[in-house]
Amino acid sequence: MQITVNGTRHRVDADPAMPLLWVLRDVLGLTGTKYGCGTGLCGACTVHVAGRAVAACQLPVGKVSAEVTTIEGLAAGPVQDAWIAHQVAQCGYCQPGHVMAAAALLARTDSPTDAEIDAAMAGHICRCGTGPRIRAAIHHAARQLREG
Amino acid sequence: MVRLTPYVEIDGETITVIVPRAEMGQGVQTTLAALVAEEMDLDWGSFSVAHGAPSRSYANGALLVAGLPFAAYRETRLTRWAAGAMRVTGRLMGMQITGGSTSTRDAYLRMRRAGAAARAMLVAAAARRLGQPPETLRTQDGAVVAPDGTRLPYAALAAAAAKQRPPRRPRLKPSRDWRLLGRALPRPDMADKVHGRTRYAGDIRAEGMLFATVRMCPHFGGTLRGVDAGPALAIPGVVKVVEIGAGVGVIARDTWTAMRAARALAPDWGPASGPADTDAAFGAIAAAFDRRPTVTLGRRGDVEAALGAEKPIEAEYRVPYLAHATMEPMTATALYGDGRLTLWAGTQAPLLARERAARAVGLKPRDVTLHVTPMGGGFGRRAEFDFSDQAARLARAVPGRPVCLAWSRAEDMSHDFYRPAMIARLRGQAGASGPAALSLDIAGPSVLAEQARRVVGYVPPGPDKMLLEGAFDQPYAIADFRARGYRADIGIPVGSWRSVGYSHNTFFLESFLDEIAAAAGLDPVEMRLNLMRGESARAAKVLERAAEIAGWGTPPPPGHARGVAFCWSFGAPTAQVVEICRTEAGIRLERLCCAMDVGRALDPGIVEAQIVSGALFGLSAAIYGEITLAGGAVEQANFDSSRELRLGQLPAIETCILQSGGKPAGVGEPATPPAAPALANALFALTGERHRRLPLHHAVRFA
Ligand code: FES
Ligand code: FES
Repeated sequence: MQITVNGTRHRVDADPAMPLLWVLRDVLGLTGTKYGCGTGLCGACTVHVAGRAVAACQLPVGKVSAEVTTIEGLAAGPVQDAWIAHQVAQCGYCQPGHVMAAAALLARTDSPTDAEIDAAMAGHICRCGTGPRIRAAIHHAARQLREG
Repeated sequence: MVRLTPYVEIDGETITVIVPRAEMGQGVQTTLAALVAEEMDLDWGSFSVAHGAPSRSYANGALLVAGLPFAAYRETRLTRWAAGAMRVTGRLMGMQITGGSTSTRDAYLRMRRAGAAARAMLVAAAARRLGQPPETLRTQDGAVVAPDGTRLPYAALAAAAAKQRPPRRPRLKPSRDWRLLGRALPRPDMADKVHGRTRYAGDIRAEGMLFATVRMCPHFGGTLRGVDAGPALAIPGVVKVVEIGAGVGVIARDTWTAMRAARALAPDWGPASGPADTDAAFGAIAAAFDRRPTVTLGRRGDVEAALGAEKPIEAEYRVPYLAHATMEPMTATALYGDGRLTLWAGTQAPLLARERAARAVGLKPRDVTLHVTPMGGGFGRRAEFDFSDQAARLARAVPGRPVCLAWSRAEDMSHDFYRPAMIARLRGQAGASGPAALSLDIAGPSVLAEQARRVVGYVPPGPDKMLLEGAFDQPYAIADFRARGYRADIGIPVGSWRSVGYSHNTFFLESFLDEIAAAAGLDPVEMRLNLMRGESARAAKVLERAAEIAGWGTPPPPGHARGVAFCWSFGAPTAQVVEICRTEAGIRLERLCCAMDVGRALDPGIVEAQIVSGALFGLSAAIYGEITLAGGAVEQANFDSSRELRLGQLPAIETCILQSGGKPAGVGEPATPPAAPALANALFALTGERHRRLPLHHAVRFA
């Protein structure tokens, strides 16, 4: 099996049923993508497949047919900058998933409404209660994108 | 490498500040490092921060002080004496524990003294080198500066400075000269967290690594009789099945395979001692009321006589068991071989974790190297040792191979040390200005007793303050008063859950005060202020501020209602007003206003984050949180059966940080207790219905 992650092609010797999450973490050593529930309920494992935010715990590696981007490969840009400007992270464990979801949202629209942000983040949990700063950071990043 | 004090190391050009408290997300490393850097005149960002090796010199004295049975707002000579005595005991027991919102309080003097001592040593070394009296030298941005402008960087002075005798009582900077403290500093851990570079204990990767998970007996107090490893070993990639105490561990070439194999097993579980279901647990808790109280605190006047004078207001309240549900399920990594163990764990109590792990695999603590990693959430859960012990035992089964242990979410929810379920029976007599008499009888498992037994092997003598904290120690002048605690040993493991006893007792007391206010036709804020003013001006100020920013004086818009609650915990009086509104989709959380007097805000950005975090933690638990039992096992396995508030459900939050001076209070926990009663009181104001049981979502539809 071959998959492309962050621009690099990898031969993967694994059961095609193995969720992409564990291929990334345990086979390729890309530990920025987190396990939180394994059932698509928390968003900690969010990666981009062909640019769309996907729960890596729900995607068997054998079904991956497009390029994968993980938090390690996400180009530095306004989203991470906004996260740092707003000092969003606490324990930080949920943050790679939130950042990936926000980046996918902002790739679709550079002026998301609060309702659109809610919808994009509905599958995510932060037990540290960073939600208000996440919202502020997304608006901040959107502003940066609009102003170029 | 040169060490100037236990907290400051200089290696070549690199200055490292040792922060012996664990980072669970609360920003403690930032604030503690700033205490040292301030006194040393280090530039923010010019040095690195490390957790440091487990050591007794880093023991937490404030944690023990917080366990004393005195109301924190009344510090007397007696409490100070007892506090001193407890501090000594704590040192003996070697508790280097992050918890109880004590880290900053404990470190406030200690870390600044360490920084000031290091600075004095560097200045003394510079004075010698320059042949000038130390008084003429100043320090700036990591260097000693002579009157003629000559700069000697600390790195160049380190070796000579280390030979100086550290001053016993170094002079501390007056707070008006602070440049770092009192400001919102950028957290040094932020960029790594945002870019996914932070390595939690489950992210350690090494050559030849194996991956493991555990499946422990689902019934509390149960055992493992035996297990047929066959079904697991039949799965390609499974390396070993290991019996570990009351459960099984599976080691495999990846976590997914280990988890699948663990599910494939059919272990033969032995008899268990825990209750069969939730009703049985609550039945056993209620039965404790028939015994003598374990502890009585806050007794004033003659409560029985006062309550007997007229028919009292009576109510029974209940709260459920709660899981911590840290975002990162339990993880630990271990490598065993050649009579040594290396352990990577996110632990709130490293000294004890090392000792336990050593014992688990038959080694001496000195043969164990523990690396304390950042934690994907703690909230009290990572003050336990089950997961680090398991990693040690699993690693012993495959010597020479590092083993990365990760629990499944289901394992994490069903094998926690839970916030205990509690029942409160409350009686009060309403007078013209509020409660004239109040009696609180509270029954449930004792966190203090169970945790002490687990940690030090015995239950310390003295009153069980945790059972009643939040019930007896609040700044309310009530003439006839009494709080009684009834300990119930239920057999479901309990532990520290963010704000511990306050998390339930504040719900009981603050809801019941609201009932009394309603019965007496009093405004809930005014009534509390009247009870408070003579006891604590600080408390009254906090409540006034919260009411003010919430617009308490003006009626809420139609379909909206507000509720208020107050709690003084961990040195920080805290008041919250929650505003809700009725919508087609259900009740919406509209706003939460929180005022907290933190004494001194060392980092207002971090304090604000902790207030928001604590309040949302409390609201989420009040609405959805519960752990129930059926067939002797926990019913919740994941975030579908155990829900959390999502971004779209969060209220707008406004905070007001008051600084009345003195020592900084703990800020990680005090915002949690008032959230549930403020919300329940708002529901009463909106619907006229009093909610005496949590979680609220059983009775109320939330948007
Ligand atoms: S781990 Fe994939 S959604 Fe939670
Ligand atoms: S920052 Fe800890 S779970 Fe979100």
